[in-house]
Amino acid sequence: MSDSPEAAEPAATPSPTAPPLRIGVVAESTKAETRVALTPETVRKVIDLGYTVTVETGAGVRAGFDDAAYAAAGAEVAEGPVWDADVVVTIDAPAADEIERLRPGATLVSMLAPRFEPERVEALAVRGVTALAMDAVPRISRAQSLDVLSSMANIAGYRAVIEAAHAFGRFFTGQVTAAGKVPPAKVLVAGVGVAGLAAIAAANSLGAVVRATDPRAEVAEQVKSLGGEYLAVEVEQEASTDGYAKATSEDYDRRAAEIYSEQAADVDIIITTALIPGRPAPKLITAEQVASMRPGSVIVDMAAAQGGNVEGTVAGEAVVTDNGVTIIGYTDLPGRLPAQASQLYGTNVVNLLKLLTPGKDGRLVLDLDDVVVRGLTVAHAGETLWPPPPVSVSATPAVQPAAAPQAEPRPEKKRSPWARAAVGIVGALALFGVTAFAPAELAGHLTVFVLAIVIGFYVIGNVHHALHTPLMSVTNAISGIIVVGAILQIGAGSALVTALAAVAVLLAAINIVGGFAVTRRMLSMFSRSPGRS
Amino acid sequence: MQTWTTAAYLIAALLFVVSLAGLSKHETSRSGVVFGIAGMAIALVATAVVALGSASGLGIALLLVALVIGAAIGLWRARVVEMTGMPELIALMHSFVGLAAVLVGWNGFLEVEGGEVEGDHLQLAGSLLGIHHAEVAIGVFIGAVTFTGSIIAYLKLSAKIASAPLMLPGKNGLNLGALVVFAGLTVWFVIAPQVWILAVLTVVALLLGLHLVASIGGGDMPVVVSMLNSYSGWAAAASGFLLGNDLLIITGALVGSSGAYLSYIMCKAMNRSFISVIAGGFGATASAAAAVEGEHREIDAAGVAEMLADARSVVITPGYGMAVAQAQYPVADLTRRLREQGVEVRFGVHPVAGRLPGHMNVLLAEAQVPYDIVLEMDEINDDLADTDVVLVIGANDTVNPAAAEDPGSPIAGMPVLRVWEAANVVVFKRSMATGYAGVQNPLFFRENTQMLFGDAKERVEDILAALKTLTPAG
Repeated sequence: MSDSPEAAEPAATPSPTAPPLRIGVVAESTKAETRVALTPETVRKVIDLGYTVTVETGAGVRAGFDDAAYAAAGAEVAEGPVWDADVVVTIDAPAADEIERLRPGATLVSMLAPRFEPERVEALAVRGVTALAMDAVPRISRAQSLDVLSSMANIAGYRAVIEAAHAFGRFFTGQVTAAGKVPPAKVLVAGVGVAGLAAIAAANSLGAVVRATDPRAEVAEQVKSLGGEYLAVEVEQEASTDGYAKATSEDYDRRAAEIYSEQAADVDIIITTALIPGRPAPKLITAEQVASMRPGSVIVDMAAAQGGNVEGTVAGEAVVTDNGVTIIGYTDLPGRLPAQASQLYGTNVVNLLKLLTPGKDGRLVLDLDDVVVRGLTVAHAGETLWPPPPVSVSATPAVQPAAAPQAEPRPEKKRSPWARAAVGIVGALALFGVTAFAPAELAGHLTVFVLAIVIGFYVIGNVHHALHTPLMSVTNAISGIIVVGAILQIGAGSALVTALAAVAVLLAAINIVGGFAVTRRMLSMFSRSPGRS
Repeated sequence: MQTWTTAAYLIAALLFVVSLAGLSKHETSRSGVVFGIAGMAIALVATAVVALGSASGLGIALLLVALVIGAAIGLWRARVVEMTGMPELIALMHSFVGLAAVLVGWNGFLEVEGGEVEGDHLQLAGSLLGIHHAEVAIGVFIGAVTFTGSIIAYLKLSAKIASAPLMLPGKNGLNLGALVVFAGLTVWFVIAPQVWILAVLTVVALLLGLHLVASIGGGDMPVVVSMLNSYSGWAAAASGFLLGNDLLIITGALVGSSGAYLSYIMCKAMNRSFISVIAGGFGATASAAAAVEGEHREIDAAGVAEMLADARSVVITPGYGMAVAQAQYPVADLTRRLREQGVEVRFGVHPVAGRLPGHMNVLLAEAQVPYDIVLEMDEINDDLADTDVVLVIGANDTVNPAAAEDPGSPIAGMPVLRVWEAANVVVFKRSMATGYAGVQNPLFFRENTQMLFGDAKERVEDILAALKTLTPAG
């Protein structure tokens, strides 16, 4: 993702602001940036939230949205930049001189890369600006809808395959034609995050044979669901707690290197997406492995901006090695689909504004107790708020086509093994005590009782969810077995005992017959769809 | 008791085990019921033969009359019950077991301690007599709790009383107090068996049963029903101890533990603590949840029909509202029609949808929806993001995003169907009222959500009619 601000536009005249707040969409100053922070469609949604919107003239041209479209959506189109707005939204982080043009107290929404560029966050804090980093959204399910890293990675993954296909210059799909057989292209995707999954899906739908590697074994299912093959590295690896991949162990690296060597010689295309937050990208593919690839093969290094996963990657360029392997290190892959990238980014921004505008009245409310808001607020009221306190999420990262994360279950109270052993021993002793000192007859009954409980647990352990009701009505019928007790009492005593027993028999009989009959009726209704196994 | 009776009981107990095992799979479920019936028949015949030997003519006549009347009532109820009324029926039946256990317990007392019987085979001495007293007390107690608890559950489920939880001050103290009183009375009863002690104990247990279930809200009924199922099993087991009958003990323990396990599954599905369910009145402590406000959008049946005609994949998430509106038949018709047109239709069933574990499955099965397109929450949740249209029919809390997103919500952390990830969500609802948990549902105000107000059955029929005009079959 490109986030390198360079030039700046001339200053705009400050204009008086009246409620509701005015949102400014600036034309991106970087030459290479094709995207725009809000599209006409998303502008309309922002206006629905009660804001007014000013768009710098020509802001959306490179993404295919002209000024007239913005005006039609209800935005004011202004000559010159709009850095003086109450809320400024951009794609790329502002350069130093642009920061100077933000009003103190204003809010900036942008991709600020706070991890890599703490100085800029510092500068924003000094300026008194509230800075919201779209690329610092915590990876929890609630924040999925604002996570630009996910939405951009999705586009980048797709585009990486398209770039590879372009450079590859051959079919992806295997064909048997009258003119002979063409084998399918083999694609290896290293790193199965959002980008990796998007790449797997795109390559698979073009007809290629797709393989994927990732240190997190839990992604195997997701790879499979998109038609890829997961190459497991059989080494123990810690589970990820924050939804991102972790640095790997030495054993793992050795085994992974072997896999990459084998695969490099075999596949036609390698797409690498491995990133570790806060560190340079891990080197996955060595120069020798690149050299072992067939001429005409293509590598797309999606981690080029962070140093690259491949030896020989040049950020922002496509280079061809001596043995004819093309290494693509473009850092602007999302920007190569500018209209949709802008639309998704804009939707992320709209979702953020929704979160920040609970009243839908055009007023921004910054609730720093909300982990999502806290996570992406990197500067506020003159202070730097980066890094935020850690937020732990379930194992799978957000926004994945195959397996979105679940709401975190309430953590169960975990007892230590000792405590559990102690409880077990106490329980066993209590049972021992009761049984040992009970009369022989009771001891026998207790034995039967305890064993039957255990059997009850195991017998229905795997009951199909659809059969819960029939199971219950059968157990209900069976518990009518109490009729046995009543029958034994019926004729054996006084009139009172007999009468009570007769009532008990009657009740239990209703239960037994009714329970079985209704279960049979229910079960006869369950049917499977015809023609399925 | 002769050895052959024991042998017959052993066979019956084994048949019950096999029956329960069979019921955990569709393929074997029918034979499971047959095994259960066979086991019951064997047990009944064996017991009847024993009773014939000892009982008077009047007793035998009463026995036969009671059996015939009971069987007739049971058959009649089973035949006429609506599938939507299943929870009420099952709750009512639990109460029968509970009451029967109370009667058996009282009889046990009258026969032995009450001196109503002179026969020497029931004369117990020393420690055995003490144990018998305790067994009477425990059996009566569990039976009585089951009895009144099930009656309340029945009344709540059949909407004869309000389903809102009863909130007495210090309700945990009341429950605990009842248990302490029970323990005290039991000890006293063991030392000095008196009729009035047993009577007081019975009343305390009846009140405890009332209070336990009355303080549980309607939305938590699936757990309550399976919990009462478990209690009725324990009541039977307690009677077994009382009578020294292994068959009762085994069967009661089987039912009790399987019911407890089922309740545990339900609790896990709702992210609730098992203990707090058994203690009663859980989920009643509402913390400050984020207020939900906003505009909802309405859609009409024709609009939904168009949406469905264009969809590739549709997921229907039914809830109790579908049962209330009896909408399962039109829903099944809609499913068939869409499937014929090549639309992938599946059902996503939340584990606690409805008022009974598996309630939705039974209703859909009744309407001939193939069971292999009816999926569990965990099976469907990951596919919802790729789904074009989700129809939420009469479900509310089980599709509430607040459970996943609002830590202050009373249902926070409860796993829910993530329907909001789908491209379009249509919510069938009578009005904008809250669900049983009393929690507002932000789903209704989502951008991709549209509301279809009115009776679910009529609305689904409207959609069907609109679909027919859109895409004439043929």
